[in-house]
Amino acid sequence: MERREFLKIFGGATVASSALLTACKKNEQEEQLKKQSEPPTDLMTMRKNPATGDNVSLLGYGMMRLPNLPKKVDTDPDVIDQEMVNRQVDYAIEHGVNYFDTSPAYCQGKSEAATGEALSRHGRSSYFVATKLSNFAPQTWSREASQEMFRKSLEYLKVDYIDYLLLHAIGGTSRDLNGRDLDSHQTFNARYMDNGILDWLVEQKAAGKLRNLGFSYHGDIAIFDMLLQWHDEGRYHWDFVQIELNYLDWNYADEINPSNTDAVYLYNELKKRNIPAVIMEPLLGGRLAKVPDFVVAKMKAQRPESSIASWAFRFAGTPEGVMCVLSGMTYMEHLRDNLFTYSPLEPISADEDAFLMEVARDIYNLKTIPCNECNYCMPCPYGLNIPGIFSHYNKMIQEGNLPQSRQSETYKRQRRNFLIGYDRSVPRLRQADHCVACGECLSHCPQRIDIPQQMHKIDVMVENLKRNGAVEDKAE
Amino acid sequence: MLRRIRTFLAAIVFLLITLLFLDFTGTLHTYLGWMAKVQFLPAVLALNVVVVALLVLLTFVFGRIYCSVICPLGIMQDLLARLNRKKNRYAYSPARNTLRIVVFVVFVAVLIAGFGSLAALLAPYSSFGRIAQNLLQPIYLALNNLLAMAAEHFGSYAFYEREIWIRSLPTFIIAAISFAVIAFLAVRGGRTYCNTLCPVGTVLGYISRFSIFKVVIDEEKCRNCRKCERNCKASCIDIKNHTVDYSRCVACGNCEKQCLFDAIKYKLSLASPQVVNKESDKPSDSADAGRRNFLIGAGLAVTSVTLAQEKKKVDGGLAIIEDKVVPERTTPLTPPGSLSARNMQQHCTACQLCVSECPNDVLRPSTDLDKLMQPTMSYEKGFCRPECNRCSSVCPTGAIAPITLADKSSIQIGHAVWIKKNCIAVEQEMDCGNCARHCPVGAIQMIHPDKDELQPMIPAIDESRCIGCGACEYVCPARPFSAIYVEGHEVHKVN
Repeated sequence: MERREFLKIFGGATVASSALLTACKKNEQEEQLKKQSEPPTDLMTMRKNPATGDNVSLLGYGMMRLPNLPKKVDTDPDVIDQEMVNRQVDYAIEHGVNYFDTSPAYCQGKSEAATGEALSRHGRSSYFVATKLSNFAPQTWSREASQEMFRKSLEYLKVDYIDYLLLHAIGGTSRDLNGRDLDSHQTFNARYMDNGILDWLVEQKAAGKLRNLGFSYHGDIAIFDMLLQWHDEGRYHWDFVQIELNYLDWNYADEINPSNTDAVYLYNELKKRNIPAVIMEPLLGGRLAKVPDFVVAKMKAQRPESSIASWAFRFAGTPEGVMCVLSGMTYMEHLRDNLFTYSPLEPISADEDAFLMEVARDIYNLKTIPCNECNYCMPCPYGLNIPGIFSHYNKMIQEGNLPQSRQSETYKRQRRNFLIGYDRSVPRLRQADHCVACGECLSHCPQRIDIPQQMHKIDVMVENLKRNGAVEDKAE
Repeated sequence: MLRRIRTFLAAIVFLLITLLFLDFTGTLHTYLGWMAKVQFLPAVLALNVVVVALLVLLTFVFGRIYCSVICPLGIMQDLLARLNRKKNRYAYSPARNTLRIVVFVVFVAVLIAGFGSLAALLAPYSSFGRIAQNLLQPIYLALNNLLAMAAEHFGSYAFYEREIWIRSLPTFIIAAISFAVIAFLAVRGGRTYCNTLCPVGTVLGYISRFSIFKVVIDEEKCRNCRKCERNCKASCIDIKNHTVDYSRCVACGNCEKQCLFDAIKYKLSLASPQVVNKESDKPSDSADAGRRNFLIGAGLAVTSVTLAQEKKKVDGGLAIIEDKVVPERTTPLTPPGSLSARNMQQHCTACQLCVSECPNDVLRPSTDLDKLMQPTMSYEKGFCRPECNRCSSVCPTGAIAPITLADKSSIQIGHAVWIKKNCIAVEQEMDCGNCARHCPVGAIQMIHPDKDELQPMIPAIDESRCIGCGACEYVCPARPFSAIYVEGHEVHKVN
């Protein structure tokens, strides 16, 4: 802290003295510089919701990764830094953001209240709020529990109506209260149909308790297609749909995981029906902001002053059928960077599109594990830190520390970095070797990663690394 | 001159041997391992004739310089004695030969009877080892962990964190007490421990009576100022009679430096020794209470640092992992290379060098009375990994004989035992197989009980292949009681 303060003062003094020296001459230039460090407040790209005529900001605030207060002890529970949330929400609204997306499940259930707290300080007409009928625990699936969930959302968000309500993450599988595995159809029916809750929501819409009804989709494409078919048949009307879209998933989603569907298909299906798309995971949980060095070099060569993340946001915002791109902006820097990107949006050109497809291929070829650290799989009953393990593995790939061949010159350094980094990121008792393949996590993963299989792969790799070091050390 | 060479060498030796105990990365023992092996008692226990002969010869020629520059506990006492800045504070005291001999005889008897750990309480090298491992290594690790934090912050892999934990409370307490007692004695009266309790001091003292080089007083030059006597930390110079008790002199050279008249010199002298045997009053320096409090305080500070580290465990958002309970093994485990429980018990001086080396947190001092402080194994924090033989390569006493990795893969230190009532395959009817997946020798296969295909698979252990490494016990998900654990072998078998 002291050092930071010192630097602040020292830096300030330097700036002040240099300003004095150059005085008036550079005044104009300085004004210019100042403008560059602050995003404009009046240039946000807006998109129209064709049904309601809502003018929605292209940048939406995802309230899933809210900032926490620093913890004294690791075992303390997470506490949301409300003051910071308020500041960032104020700043976002000031700069034209008007779409806020939360859920009863986010931030261990604390996101809605924090969102409500921050938004209620602004006029009700200055923002649209989206929340969900979440579906994680079968305990919440009854009609009564679902209605209670909706009522609680209104209460936490301190509003009389919800602007955008979503059926949360349709297309997934689950395990019911009796431990029976349900496929995606059974899950959807058990959650939304058998209890009549979808019809109830339609009634609520008629009663003005919610203005737009839609769903967010991960997983089995059959469910997605079924719901759109219902739309075509006039059985239900979807005012909007939330899909995962980014330059990696555009064409490579099914290559990364055969049971997933390319974003290009999802988007086009919506576009055909003129249903506005809300985009989630434009940055893949930050993975598209942390790309390998050679990709960084390529991107900066084209746009040296734009951030790596801005490429992903421009890509997600370019299609006209996209109403809003959600970003879980934990830090002010993220917010500021995204505001720059979308104030206003400079659409991706055809050349740039081709370039990003090339980048997508490069990233796909790295064979990272497509985990976005959403933490839906957690807590693992056996104590594993699943996202932590995947994140370490991916980081090692990105940093070029995934040991390939024992014959290579870099093997020794890579081995050391991999093992030290592993213990650093994940305590030993939470590492992959403790996975018993119970499969509890499988139905929770929106990316449909075969978690036990990946754990086993990493475990075998680590075990080999540990053993091979000794033989090699001996040979030296 | 003698003093200068002595302090220089002692400082180097002390630094290096301390580092040997502190290092957890397994790099230093390759270069410094010999320093433990040239210690007198470990060499005797390892039946290392060459080292013992050399040390005896060294003492016979030069006196007890072993005690001044080779023995880490001796050097530590000299360092601690410097804390007391009072000048001219020593005085001659007659040798307490009866006490010395009684202590020595008891020590040898206990050692021969096979109670190595009881004898270890008095042994100088292992006392130092325990102090270094229990009191110094936590500090060293804490500093290392700070560096690791910094390295992590800057994305470097130069340092990595190690968990700090008390491996055995009794051993920790013994180390703390022996440090307090030895420090107290050293600060108050110099080499009191070395010349009354230390069995190595007694043996070497006997030899050094006849040593060729020794401190000699020139009665003609001596003005009886007693400056040498008052600065002799061994209290062995008697100016009244102009004699030196060579059985206690550790050839430190302090007297030579103090003498203004060139009357006392370390030199070749073949004259027969004059030994004063009569006992009289103890020297009457009172304890420096403030210093003692400081030392106790320092001990407490180390404890609280360790405890604070213990608390910092579970991260938020993660399932709490219940700590495993150490199983009560009918036969405790001893590391591969130790040959048998008896060999361990007879040879180990409980110096903790293996414990401080173990990279998998498997080794820890035993709490059983008959092998107190001697290493035993358990698998809550890791298992005895196939690529590691560090304990066998550092042990100076032959309690853990050197083995190769190939040897290790065939030494059966124990065998795995399945406990049906704890196994999640039985209890929760769940397929697991984590033990079988991790067995490095393929001694476990998963089978359907009663050939019933519908029932979850349970482990079938081939005891003849099991080497007792504990991989299965470590990864077993049943908590706090593992469903599979390793039972030790009293005599290790080779597969």
